[in-house]
Formats: sequence, structure tokens, C-alpha cells
Amino acid sequence: MNWDLLQRYGVQMLGGLNVTLSLVAVSVTLGALLALPVALARISDSKLLRGVSFSYVYFFRGTPLLAQTFLVYYGAGQFRAELEAVGLWWLFREAYLCAILTFTLNTAAYQAEILRGAIQAVPIGQSEAAAALGLKGWTTLRKIILPQAFVIALRPLGNEVILMIKGSAIASVITVYDLMGTTRLAFSRSFDFEVYLWAAVLYLVVVEVLRRVWDRLEIRITRHMRPATART
Amino acid sequence: MSILKKLVLGAVIAIAAAGVAEAKEWKKVRIGTEGAYPPFNFFDADKQLQGFDIDVAKALCEKMAVECEFVAQDWDGIIPALLANKYDAIIASMSITDERRQQVDFTNKYYSSPIAFMVQKGKIADVTAAGLTGKAVGAQSSTVSANFVEDTYKGSNVKLYPTQEEANLDLASGRLDAIAVDKLVGYEWLTSTDDGKCCEFVGEDVMDEKYVGEGIGIAIRKDDSDLRDMFNKAIEDIRGDGTYEKINAKYFPFSIF
Repeated sequence: MNWDLLQRYGVQMLGGLNVTLSLVAVSVTLGALLALPVALARISDSKLLRGVSFSYVYFFRGTPLLAQTFLVYYGAGQFRAELEAVGLWWLFREAYLCAILTFTLNTAAYQAEILRGAIQAVPIGQSEAAAALGLKGWTTLRKIILPQAFVIALRPLGNEVILMIKGSAIASVITVYDLMGTTRLAFSRSFDFEVYLWAAVLYLVVVEVLRRVWDRLEIRITRHMRPATART
Repeated sequence: MSILKKLVLGAVIAIAAAGVAEAKEWKKVRIGTEGAYPPFNFFDADKQLQGFDIDVAKALCEKMAVECEFVAQDWDGIIPALLANKYDAIIASMSITDERRQQVDFTNKYYSSPIAFMVQKGKIADVTAAGLTGKAVGAQSSTVSANFVEDTYKGSNVKLYPTQEEANLDLASGRLDAIAVDKLVGYEWLTSTDDGKCCEFVGEDVMDEKYVGEGIGIAIRKDDSDLRDMFNKAIEDIRGDGTYEKINAKYFPFSIF
């Protein structure tokens, strides 16, 4: 353990960790809000909604996050006058907000596909039974389908969050220095590989915390499926 | 022949060879260069070597009263080929570094590239640390310019970019207020691209050796210290009699020494 190195770059790297966590927390949350309507649009009866949501998901899953980040940030830089005219330059001026925007759009596409799959995996008999009971479409979705779909979607969603935590390193190409970015900077000045070891440990800790939260969540949303004695 | 004898014989030959090298009169100096680094050394349309390095080399040879022959060599093998005696000196815009010093000797610098500040035309005049407090200052990460602004511009919002081109884009679009850059690299962008028309150099150049290093020197084999001294003397001579300034002015409107 190189204490001198830790003293010089430790604070910077913790700052980077903070950037990583806030980037992921904000964009995954906003992405989840966007993902539900997109998932519903993907399986809706309207051809237009299906087409639009399919194109959206197709584009964001089919192109690299790196390319999307570049396009949003440097692409917007070329249209400063136009963006100022419509009052959006404040958003595109800030690299951090550009990163949030791109990551949100990207993760929403993946989350939408996870949700769509989960909703379609709920047996058709469930909605038929609800219809037989005279429940309206929205109520059926909210009370019957989604609670069961979330159980199926939970683990894949956890995967997506973990991928975002590591994928957010891409933000450093547009000057938002996350944990990986600050680590690379520390390495480029110290030439000591140890900094990568610290970064790996920090990522492991974050993923471990997330894993435990997800275990709790799973126990919580599947409590109706266990016999009373086995409840925790 | 026993191993010991071989070693002794080898040592004797080596010493004899070194003695010959020292006694050698330099009539002809072979100069290695890269030929792929405009405007310093490059091949023109007629396949002739041109550029700042080449002009300086010719002027130096004239001062040393020796005949010069140029040898083009890829950058990766440029030091090994010097050590293998394919040529006697490297004049190829090579920075003097401690790492390279372990293998070769360097003359004094014959030019150096300072750090300069670029801003949008007319927007900012004061690029000192105080003048740029609270402003966004960009640089390419892992460069001497980045180290300099990170250490010195504590009050500024320092933004580091993977490449210089990206930092330039953000200066042009107004996301950055200033960029710290290797002056020769910045000059290229300002003068020969459309995007670069937005911007200009302002303020004093940063020449601090702690950041910009010792400059660009001529690499010589370690046992050719006589040749190194000849080059050093010739560099002083062309600096003194105006030859250097003339060559400098042919390529850059500011001094790069």
C-alpha cells in the first residue's frame, strides 16, 4: 500500500466515485421513468407507437454508448446558435448534463426491453381473469400485471444498473471525470498501477452494496409467494 | 579459446575501437531524421527532405564545416539505428528526456515548444491564474499543458480532454473560456483550419522547465562527445549570427527557441 500515492490521489478518486454514483443514480432513475411508457408502447395496439418505440430502442441498443455520448456533446456544440434560440443551450453547455441525458436515453432503451419481456412473460390467463372480473385495462396493468412483471424483471434490471456503473466511465471522454476517469488521470501522473487496484476495490464495494439491496428487494416483492412460516 | 580470453580480447578490441573513434576527424556527419513530422521534417513532392529540422541541420553542418548526409528512419527505430551506427546524430524534433538520456547523449536544445493560451478572439485578455478564476480552462489530458493548469489554475474549472481536437471544438463552441496548449500544436490549428479562425493566442508563453522540459535536442552516441561539443558550438553560432532567426521566421512568426 503506497500511502503517499493515496494521500495525493485518494480524495480525487473519491470525488470520481461520487460522480459515478450520482451519474448512475440520476440516469437510471430517469431511465426507469421513461422505460415504462416505452415498454408499453412496444406492445401497444397502435402501429405508430410501436414503430416509434421500436426505432428508439433499436437505435440506442444498436449504437455504442461512446458514440451516443460524443454525438450529444460535440454534436450539440455545433448548433450553439440554434440551441440558444430555443433556450436549450444551458442543458447542452454542461458536460455533466449531456452525460445524464445520454445515459438516461441509453439505459431507458435497455430497461424498456427488460420490462417488455417481463410483461409479456406474465401468463395471458392473468389478464383474462382480470377481464372476467371486470377490471379496467389500467387497473389490470397496475394491480395484476406489473407486480408480477417486476419479479421477473428485477434481476435483469440489477444487471443493467451494474453495467451502467461500469459503463459510466465513458463520461470521461466529455470531461466528466468519474471513478475510472480520475483513476486514469492519477495513473498518467504517477505511473503506479496500484491506483487501478484501488479503483477495482471501490467498484467491487459498490456492486456488493447493490447486490445486497437487490436481495432485499427480491425478498420484499416475492413475499406473497412464500409460505407464512418462511417469511423473513 | 576460453571464455575469459574471449572477454579480454573483446575488451581490448572495444578499447582500441573507442580510441579510434575519439581520434576521428569529423569530415562527414550522417544525420538521422524521421521525415514524417511536418513542418519540422517531411518529404516534399519531389521526395526531398524539408522542414525546420532539416534547415537547422544544414546550417549547423555549414558552421561545423562538415559534409552532411541525411538518412530517413522510422521513429520507433530512430535511437537503435543511431546506436547501430547507421548515422551519427538524430535531428528529428526529439525531446530531451531522462529516459532517453540513459541511451544517448543530447546537445543543448535547438528549439522548445512553450505552453500558450488560446481564447476566442477578443473575449479574454488576462490568462493568468487570477484572470481565469471561475472560468473553464481546457487541456488535453496527460500532457504537460494539463499538468500545468491542474497545478497552477486551482481557481479555474479545469476540463481535460482525451484529444486536443475535442478541446478545440469546445473552445470554438464556447464551452471553454481558454485552452492551455503546446504552442506549436495550437499554432497549427489556429492558422490552418476553419474552426481555428474563431480563436487566437493571448498572454505570455509558459517556459517553465518543470513543465515544458528541457526542449528539443540533437541526440548523439555517448562516446561521441566531441561531436556533441561541435554541435553545441554550432548551435551557439547560428543563434549568434542571425541564421537561426531566419530559419525560425521561415516557419513561425514567433520565436521557438
